[in-house]
Amino acid sequence: MSVADAPGVRAKEVVLCTHCGLDVPAALAEQKPAFCCSGCRMAYTVLHDAGLERYYDMPERRGLAVSASGRAFEEFDHEAFHLLWVRRREDGQLETELYLEGVHCASCVWLVERTPLAVPGVSAAELDLSRGIVRLTWSPESTTLSSAARFLDTLGYRPHPFRGQRADALRRKEDREALVMIGVAGAISMNVMLAAVAIYSGWGPGGMDAAYMRYFRWISMVLSVPTMIWPARPFYRGALSSWRARAFHMDVPIAIAITGAFVHGVVNTFRDAGPIYFDGVTTLVFLLLCGRFLQTRAQRAAVDSAELLHALSPSIARVIENGEVREVPSEALVPGMIIEVRHGDALAGDGVVVEGRSEIDKALLTGESVPQLVSPGDEVFAGTINRGPTLHVRIESAGETTRVGQILREVERSASRRAPVVRTADALAGRFVGVVLGLAALTLWRWWSVDPARAVDHTIALMIATCPCALALATPLAITVAIGRAARRGILVKGGDALEALAKPGIMLLDKTGTLTEGRTSLAEWEGDDVRAEVLALERHSSHPIAAGFVAAWPGVTPAECADVRSTIGGGLEGRAAGRDVIVGAPAFVLARAADPRGLASRGSGGAHTPVLVAVDGAVVARAAFRDAVRADAPEALAALRSQGWTLQLLSGDDPAVVASVGEQLGFAPQDRRGGASPEDKLTAVEALSGKGTVVMVGDGVNDAAAIARATVGVGVKGGAEACLAAADVFLSTPGLAPLVALTQGATRTLGIIRLGIMISILYNLLGVVLAFQGLINPLVAAVMMPTSSITVVWIAWRGRTFEEARP
Amino acid sequence: MSVIYIVLPLALIVVAIAVGAYVWAARSGQFDDTKTPAIRPLIDDDEVRRED
Repeated sequence: MSVADAPGVRAKEVVLCTHCGLDVPAALAEQKPAFCCSGCRMAYTVLHDAGLERYYDMPERRGLAVSASGRAFEEFDHEAFHLLWVRRREDGQLETELYLEGVHCASCVWLVERTPLAVPGVSAAELDLSRGIVRLTWSPESTTLSSAARFLDTLGYRPHPFRGQRADALRRKEDREALVMIGVAGAISMNVMLAAVAIYSGWGPGGMDAAYMRYFRWISMVLSVPTMIWPARPFYRGALSSWRARAFHMDVPIAIAITGAFVHGVVNTFRDAGPIYFDGVTTLVFLLLCGRFLQTRAQRAAVDSAELLHALSPSIARVIENGEVREVPSEALVPGMIIEVRHGDALAGDGVVVEGRSEIDKALLTGESVPQLVSPGDEVFAGTINRGPTLHVRIESAGETTRVGQILREVERSASRRAPVVRTADALAGRFVGVVLGLAALTLWRWWSVDPARAVDHTIALMIATCPCALALATPLAITVAIGRAARRGILVKGGDALEALAKPGIMLLDKTGTLTEGRTSLAEWEGDDVRAEVLALERHSSHPIAAGFVAAWPGVTPAECADVRSTIGGGLEGRAAGRDVIVGAPAFVLARAADPRGLASRGSGGAHTPVLVAVDGAVVARAAFRDAVRADAPEALAALRSQGWTLQLLSGDDPAVVASVGEQLGFAPQDRRGGASPEDKLTAVEALSGKGTVVMVGDGVNDAAAIARATVGVGVKGGAEACLAAADVFLSTPGLAPLVALTQGATRTLGIIRLGIMISILYNLLGVVLAFQGLINPLVAAVMMPTSSITVVWIAWRGRTFEEARP
Repeated sequence: MSVIYIVLPLALIVVAIAVGAYVWAARSGQFDDTKTPAIRPLIDDDEVRRED
C-alpha cells in the first residue's frame, strides 16, 4: 500500500484522521492521507515505514471515536457511594477501583495514568490493562472522586463503580498460590529430571558405581518430598472429595498413581533395589498443575462478566428535593422520590410520570424500535430512555425490585443455575478408575506366582502408565487454544462448555432487531416531489429515529433554511422551510392538517414499513416508508447455519407484522417466527425448549438477557445492551452474522480436536497397559512414554485448525 | 568424582534460594498483572506540565 491510497476515511463531509479517527480541522482536510495533528502523521509514518499498516485493520481500532458522556458524576461523591465502594487508607487518603470502558492499548495506560497530573489531589492512578480496572488514590481535602471521573470521561473512558472488589482480592490470592505451586513443582521436577538423566546414563555394565547410584536415588527422593506434600495437595483433596461423593473423576486415578509410585519409590530407595519413579511423578504433578491453571484462567472471564453486569447497570438519578436537582446514585433512590429525566437519560427506577409529555424508547426492555408516547399518569420503567423533553417521574420501585432489575437478577440466577457441563474427559476418567484398579489387580495376581517383588514393580508401572495425564491435559488445552484463536477473530467465548454445546447442532433462536437487522431505521421507499431539502431542514432538528433515518438516507442533500419548527409527540414536525409550510409525520397527523389530492396516503406496501407523509403548503406531495434493514450477510449466514443442521427460529419483541415480513424474506416458516414477545415470553420460550438438546439464543438487548442466560448457549451480538453481553456465553464483537457461522464451525472443529486428543491419550494408555502387563515397562520407558503422550496431545491442540485467522 | 557429594548439595541450595525468590515474587503480587507493567517503561517519565 502506498501513502497515496492510504485509508483516508471520509464520512459525511467530515474528514477523519487516518491515524486516530478524529475529525480533521478544515485547513488540513485537503491533504491525503489526512491527519488531525503532526503527532498522528508521525505515528502513521513510523508504522508505514515499518510495514505495519495492518495496525489500521486491527479489530481493536474499529469504532474508536472518542466520545465523552459529559456527565457530572456527582453520584460518585454521594455518601451512599462512598459507603459502598470507597476505602480509607491509613494515611487518610481514599482509594477505590473503577471499571473503565474502552481501555485497550498502551496509550490508554499512558493516558489514564496521567490522571494525577491533570487532576490535582489525585495521588495515583494505576491501570490494569487486561481487565480495564483503574485504582485511584486521592486526598479528600483537595479533590473529589467526581472530578477524577469527569477527567477520565473526557478522555473517552467512561468510569463505572467496580462492584467485584471483595471477590477480586480473594481471587488474586488464589491465583498467587496457584502460581507459587506451579513454580515450586516445576523447579523440583526439572532438578529430579537432572538426577534421573545421571541415573539412566549410569545404567548397564561399566556404568556408574553403586555408591553414586545410591546417592542420586536418595537425592531424587529428598527432592520429590516437597512436591508430594505441597503442590500435589489439590489432587489428594480432589480425590478424597470425589471418593466421599462416590463420583469419580480425573483426580482419583491421578492421586492413586502418584501416591502409589512415590511410596513404591521410597521403599525401593531404602531397599536399594528396583525402580524409582520420582522423575515421572514430579513431572506429572507439574504438567497437571499447569493444565489446571490454564483451565481456571479460561473460565475466569465468565466470572468477570457477572461483575461487569453490576458495574454497568444504571448508576445515577437526578432527584428533585426542595426545588433543587441533585445527582444521586441509583442505590439511594427510594419510592416516593421525584426524579427528573432529561432528554437522552435512562430511567433509574420504575415509576409514574407526574409532569411532562415525552416519548420513551423501550427498546432495551421490549425490543420495540419505535418510541412510545407517555403523559402524566403513565407507567415508565427503569432502563428505558427518554427521547423527548424532560419528564418528572415519581419513583414507585428502585434497584432490584424494578422490572429491569428483576430481569438482571434472573440473568444471574440462570447463570448460576446452569448445570456445569460434565466434561467428556472427566466422565471418561470415572470409568477409568475401575478399569485401572481391575487391571492392577490382574497384573499383581499374574506376577505374584513368578516373583512377588516383580509383581509389585509391574503393578506400579501399570498404574503410572495408565495415569490419564494426557487425558487431563487434552480438553483444557484444546479449549484454551480455541478460545484464544476465536478472540483474535473477534469472537469472545467465556467458557469451554459453550464450545462443547455449540458443536452439537440443535435449535437456535434469533432476535430480530439488531441481530438479523441493522437495528437502525432506514429509508426504504420514497415517492413524490423532490422536497428533500425541505424535509431535511425540519428533520435535522429532531432526535426521533425516523429523523435519524432521513438524515442518514440523504448525506449529499443540503438542508434548506428553516424556521418555527414545532414538534408534536407521536405525530411529526411542522415548520417553515425555504419559505413554504412543511409538515412531515405520521399519516394521521399529516392528513389532519393537509389535503391529499394525489391519494399518496393509500399507496405503499404497508405491513413491515412505517409510513411517513410530507405535505407542502397544505397538500401531500410525497410519501416515505421506513424499515429496519436486514443485514446484508444474513441470508448467506442463515443458509450456512441451516446446512450445519441447526433449526432456526425467529423470536422478537417487535410488531408481529414486521416480524412476519422479515421472517418471510429470510425463509422462516410461519410456525418458526414469533413477534410481540416480551422478555418474559422469550424466557418461557427458551425454557419450553430446554431439555430438547442444545438451545442457542442469539440477541442484543436487555429484553433478551434472561433468555440468553437461560439458554444452553447465549450469544450476544455487537452493539447490544451491556446486560445482554454480560449474560451471554459468547459475544460477537464484529458486526453481522458471519461470525456466528464461524463460531459454530469452530466449535465443531474444537470438539473434533478434543476427541482426537482423548483418543490418542487413551491409545498411549492402552499401549502402557499392554507393556506393563507383560512386565516390559521399566522407569525409563515410563519416563519417555509419559511426556511423549502429553507432548503429542499438546501439539495436536496447538496445530488444530479451529478458528482460522481472519483475513483482512 | 567424589566432589559431587559437596557440589550437588551446594547447587541445590542455589536452587532453593531461586525458588524462595520466586515464591516471594509471586506472593507479593509481581505476577498479578503481566501486561501493563511491560508498557510502563515505554512511557516517558518527564512530567508534562498542564497546559492551562
